[in-house]
Amino acid sequence: MPAKGKSGNTIARYIPVYLVLLAISGLEVFVAYQHFSAVMLLTILLSLAVCGAALAVMYFMHLLQERRSLFLTLIPAVIFVLLMMNMLWSDSFRLLHMKPFAH
Amino acid sequence: MSDFAWDSHGTASAVAEGSPYGIASRKLTMWLFIISDAVTFGALLFGYGYLRAASSDWPAPFKFNSSILNVMIMTVVLITSSLTMLGAVDSAKAGDKAKTRRFLWSTILLGVIFAALHIREWIAMLDEGVRLFQNPWGSPLFGATFFSITGLHLLHVISGVIAIAVISRGFSRGTLTAGHVESTGLYWHFVDVVWMFVVPLIYLLNISR
Repeated sequence: MPAKGKSGNTIARYIPVYLVLLAISGLEVFVAYQHFSAVMLLTILLSLAVCGAALAVMYFMHLLQERRSLFLTLIPAVIFVLLMMNMLWSDSFRLLHMKPFAH
Repeated sequence: MSDFAWDSHGTASAVAEGSPYGIASRKLTMWLFIISDAVTFGALLFGYGYLRAASSDWPAPFKFNSSILNVMIMTVVLITSSLTMLGAVDSAKAGDKAKTRRFLWSTILLGVIFAALHIREWIAMLDEGVRLFQNPWGSPLFGATFFSITGLHLLHVISGVIAIAVISRGFSRGTLTAGHVESTGLYWHFVDVVWMFVVPLIYLLNISR
């Protein structure tokens, strides 16, 4: 810990994570211009986004340094709610296939 | 387990109970706000996915030279602002007021650049005829989802810039602590995390080929 009122090179230790986040963003753009099917593209882009978000939450937001109880309280709850939202897809596809009512 | 200790006269006195997570209540409150906001953005993105999957004519209007390049610059700016925010938090914890102030104002500057690029993107979309419930390309709901999701994110960025300015002033004057800088930093990183999902889902899935 630096002396009170003086701090050293504070951001140097975050540079690797910063560079990985930039690389993930660049990779997402590269992948978007490849000829994948829509489902495959969505899967790859979401996987990359989850990796980037996990890095940011763990290292930038310091969740990795907090007590495990904080992680276990927050993250599974968010994942659970987001997974429950997936129940809407069946209705979404029903709308698509029940045209002309989709209009 | 009892929350009270009993003295020799039978009087109860409350026992100070530590935080179950070992963090200040201010920080815990910010984390709770962040997860509720994450679910809000999640619901918006699921709503967008619902409409997109249910439409056979969803537009793919984003060209590389205008929108995607602009979005890439915005991403670099926002991730860099997270880095300067980390510098501010670490400097604040070390008690270095001058450095904290410099990092916070760097973050503000980057946030303002991000907002300006965001507004430029909106103006370009409006010029192309995109409105909340109409556009020249296909499903009329494209504009509603685009403007609501990117608009809510932009609102978060603008709120964050204002909050950081207030925190910077308070920390310099000694009325606010490093804990306030850290809580604001958590919020700012969360804005960055949301953008990591907005870019692939809203822009990269809808590129013009």
